[in-house]
Amino acid sequence: MALTPLEVEAIMLSLRVAGWAVLISLPLGIAVAWLLARHRFPGWSVVNGLVHLPLVLPPVVVGFVLLLLLGRQGPLGAWLDDWFGITLAFTWQGAAVASAVVSFPLMVRAIRLSIEGMDRRLEVAARTLGAPPVWVFASISLPLMLPGVLTGVILAFARCLGEFGATITFVSNIPGETRTLPLALYTYTQVPGGLDGAFRLMVIAIVIAFAALVGSELLARVVKRRLEG
Amino acid sequence: MLTVSARLSRGAFTLDAAFAAEADGVVALFGASGAGKTTLADAIAGLVRPDAGRIALEDRVLFDSAGGINLRPERRRIGYVFQDGRLFPHLSVRGNLLYGQRFAPREGRHATLERIVTLLGLEALLRRRPGTLSGGERQRVALGRALMAQPALLLMDEPLAALDVPRKAQVIDYIERLRDEIGVPIVFVSHAVDEVARLAGTIVVMADGRVAAAGPAAEVMARLDLDPLAGIEAAGAVLDATVQRHDGAYGLTELGVAGGILRVPRLRLAPGRSLRVRVRARDVSLATAEPRETSVLNVFRGTVVEIGARRGASVDVAVDIGARLTARITARSADTLGLAPGSQVYALVKSVAVDPASLVQSEQDDA
Repeated sequence: MALTPLEVEAIMLSLRVAGWAVLISLPLGIAVAWLLARHRFPGWSVVNGLVHLPLVLPPVVVGFVLLLLLGRQGPLGAWLDDWFGITLAFTWQGAAVASAVVSFPLMVRAIRLSIEGMDRRLEVAARTLGAPPVWVFASISLPLMLPGVLTGVILAFARCLGEFGATITFVSNIPGETRTLPLALYTYTQVPGGLDGAFRLMVIAIVIAFAALVGSELLARVVKRRLEG
Repeated sequence: MLTVSARLSRGAFTLDAAFAAEADGVVALFGASGAGKTTLADAIAGLVRPDAGRIALEDRVLFDSAGGINLRPERRRIGYVFQDGRLFPHLSVRGNLLYGQRFAPREGRHATLERIVTLLGLEALLRRRPGTLSGGERQRVALGRALMAQPALLLMDEPLAALDVPRKAQVIDYIERLRDEIGVPIVFVSHAVDEVARLAGTIVVMADGRVAAAGPAAEVMARLDLDPLAGIEAAGAVLDATVQRHDGAYGLTELGVAGGILRVPRLRLAPGRSLRVRVRARDVSLATAEPRETSVLNVFRGTVVEIGARRGASVDVAVDIGARLTARITARSADTLGLAPGSQVYALVKSVAVDPASLVQSEQDDA
């Protein structure tokens, strides 16, 4: 079962979009998770609510909000275009942003859980050994929350691969630019005689998802061994 | 000199403690749980901020509420050995030991990796992960890790509490070696009187968030009012002793103490060695006539110096036999014998009652 160029294109695009989405949301995800787990401040509930909003909103709504904000005429979109020449609407970068927003709550939740489960007394011990807070974060906190970060990354990556509603609303369904695997499959189902192609993409999607699951399981085992000796 | 005064309120608990001790050898913070020992140790380390007070080590001020000084924990150079070890699970033993070295001052390092590893017997553990270590091994690594940060003072918060008896004995040996060989002053937090008697040169007794007594170990241990203050079976005496000879046939060792010879179960120490012996008050009985035909091997002649307050059925009696010994007897016996300060008595100490773990090499001996 050799892959057709169109299938390869959809797969590579999906991986690229999901990869970038996770990459740009990871540092922010760690920062927000840390903020929510370790600090109580006025407006904490608002931040918490905003972070979780994409989880409960229909993805189409998220996509439409993004279109309004980041579209060419949108306030943020126009600003990005004027100052940096960045266009998100109807580009694969826009698809990555849509995926990142939709998967963000999953990532933050997983990381936050691992921060809350961490033994803070280890950080205290590190301070008494002379380490300043930034170093304690890098050398103690970050490695100890790695399992949570890993879970968050995998959950978010999987969510990005399956992203449909926000993507098609925000950046449409452009072959080679924003037509990721789910969009390609959907397109096949909308044309006469497209069921064969849809079937092949379905099998590919299952294979990728399964490989990701097995891979993450192995990775988690390695991390666990490193942490627990 | 370690000068500490700290006041702080947390809900129903109030800490209001002050003491000053020569920062040399081991200073014990001793008292029942809930007495505020750990809170005071945390204040010294900078983990807890007192509402008011001043903490200084030699001429370095670590905290001064009046002067607005509050050094961060990482700037205090106070090593902390926690009850639960708190080793970093993702680093090897070696990685744990080296963690603090990066931040330690370059000059005047008293602890190199090689020296610490040898001193604490860690060679075989270096590549292991904390998760695979036994409790005793973990505490030894924690000791080494704290020392490798080149601290100016080492705090130990009940470092033996989580260990079983054999491991306790092993780790206490190592702590003794550190005290005698590395020369970092140690503040040792404990509620176990045996540990304190064995290690400490100075004892600070804490009760209800206050300092109830402070001073040289022998003086503090001999105080008759210590028990209610510490809330534990603390009473007893610490005697300076020298190994005189071994009685191989009966498996005994004769120790010379002020006032005579104390026979104890055989020790593996050469004649001439000095050590300290803790004799618990409840292991000492008194007689007004010289006892003959008794199974008790150790009989000392002495004078009653003080009779403590009666508690329940018992009273503590301080007897001067050349050194101070404390006897816990029933109030009834005290009355029957007509004991009063100045009475001539014989103090009887059962040899087998002397716990070998309480026999300690004295510091001067190794200097």
